[in-house]
Amino acid sequence: MVPLNWYLTVAALLFALGLYGALARRNAIAVLMGIELMLNAANLNLVAFWRYGEQVMALTGQVFAILIIALAAAEAAVGLALIIAVYRDRRTVDVEELDLLQG
Amino acid sequence: MNALGLLLPELILLVGALLVFLLDVAYDTDRESGASYGLVSGLFLVVAFLAAFFQMSLEPQQAFMMDIDAFAAFIKMTVFAGMALVALAGGRYMNRRTYNQGEFWTFFLIVSLAMSILAGANNLVLIYITIELLSITSYMLAAFFRDELRSAEAGMKYFLYGSVASAVMLYGLSFIYGAVGSLDLREVAGFFVQPDLTEELRVAMIPATLLALAGFAFKASLAPFYQWAPDTYEGSPTPVTTYLSTASKAAAFAVMARFFVVGLSALDVEWVPILAGLSILTMTMGNLAALRQNNVKRLLAYSSVAHAGYILMGLVAVAANAASGMDGLNGVLLYLFAYLFTNVGAFVSLMAVEETTGSVEMEAFQGLIHRAPWLAGMFTLFLLSLAGIPATGGFLGKFFVFGAAVQHQYYWLVAIALVNAGIAAFYYLRIIRTMYFGSQEDAGSRLELPLGMQATLLICTLATLWIGLYPPQVLDWVNTASQQILTAVLF
Repeated sequence: MVPLNWYLTVAALLFALGLYGALARRNAIAVLMGIELMLNAANLNLVAFWRYGEQVMALTGQVFAILIIALAAAEAAVGLALIIAVYRDRRTVDVEELDLLQG
Repeated sequence: MNALGLLLPELILLVGALLVFLLDVAYDTDRESGASYGLVSGLFLVVAFLAAFFQMSLEPQQAFMMDIDAFAAFIKMTVFAGMALVALAGGRYMNRRTYNQGEFWTFFLIVSLAMSILAGANNLVLIYITIELLSITSYMLAAFFRDELRSAEAGMKYFLYGSVASAVMLYGLSFIYGAVGSLDLREVAGFFVQPDLTEELRVAMIPATLLALAGFAFKASLAPFYQWAPDTYEGSPTPVTTYLSTASKAAAFAVMARFFVVGLSALDVEWVPILAGLSILTMTMGNLAALRQNNVKRLLAYSSVAHAGYILMGLVAVAANAASGMDGLNGVLLYLFAYLFTNVGAFVSLMAVEETTGSVEMEAFQGLIHRAPWLAGMFTLFLLSLAGIPATGGFLGKFFVFGAAVQHQYYWLVAIALVNAGIAAFYYLRIIRTMYFGSQEDAGSRLELPLGMQATLLICTLATLWIGLYPPQVLDWVNTASQQILTAVLF
């Protein structure tokens, strides 16, 4: 069986990639993709911990992961709607150009 | 009482939200002014408030991953009171500016529902899902005037910061699950006090809890994660800003208190310095930025960040010693309660000026005393309460929070907080000076306030004075609430 550490390492890499994407990219869609990667890293963790844990029958990790998948979809839907609302007015989805509110 | 009855406030709000939603679908919205939706929402919030009041006197118990105790009930009362006041004052404001009134009021009730669940949630799954429900609905409400550039931008920024923070939090929670094997807060607490817990594992859990803190800190607008707050508060519709800065913050602090006090009381050594540091950073950053604002809405936004820092001091005192954490928790609850009425009042005053002058810049407040003496007087009271002048609710909140920190010998923390309170008084007084000593010529005509705003301002004024001058009843609630949550702590 593949050891637990491998899963955690992959998840950590995914999380780091996602965080980098969310913080460094200027395109709002790319930021959204980074956020999805971070959520999936957490999902991977949860399922791996569930599989290797002592209470396999409790299903907590799996159920949490499924809920997060649904949540990520809701978040993406609202996020994309907001991006479209901004795009309609400004013809850009660059987060650096969101500068009406500052100071 | 059967188990479903314990969910009474939540069920009431759920029914209300669905009802408004169905009414919106069933009736032609073009002919609707939205006033009926606002009325229905307000009534459901009032009934939910009464249900929460009733829950204050119940024996603490657990059901549906939630603690039904006086602590949760007190927070629910605070939240529902705030939301009902926002509906009363801001209903007309929102209805006149949007065509989708039905949607607005549905979301408004769903936000209240989310905060209500958050007040009692004792399982990390439920905590995470409810924070997301609250956040996602709030993103939509912040951007509700979607054709306005500023509102859309406010929602977008809120969304970008919020979803990163909640993803980071989730990653932390996944490690807590990995170590503990459960997401129940009491089992998390049990994990940290078990005798065969190795030092390595204990230390390894600290980064995980720090990641989880990111999510809470974001919702409560604490230091490293507060940048969204001023932008979102400034750009959002004012009624939305009002609840984001009061009710939403109360729910965030409630869940934070439960997470740290019930779940992580054994890690107190580690998180006291962290929380104390965040507290100092939050209040200092908030106050310094508020000093140079000329937009009163933005000024109040920064001031609300600073207030989050003061409230956090109370949690620091709880952290120092959970066994004697009574006074700290009392401070947090009392502060949240008093702050709610004060800040709702302040934002409604702002809304009243915005309604008539169309501006929230400092100039719009020039000579307000001549145009609307009552409004100016009440706004003054709210600002004095925010500054913490005695005889107001805000003073009592600060007194308890600072007192708790003194009792646990955090003198340096109190010293910094006092300096901060001094700085804050300076910019609150600046608004007051503008209102009273602006020249009479550019004052313009008298302000006529809608009835809803008048009523809200009056209720907020009375509540602020009531808490400040005759607090025994509130202190009694607060005591019961903190006692009940502290009995859940494992030592």
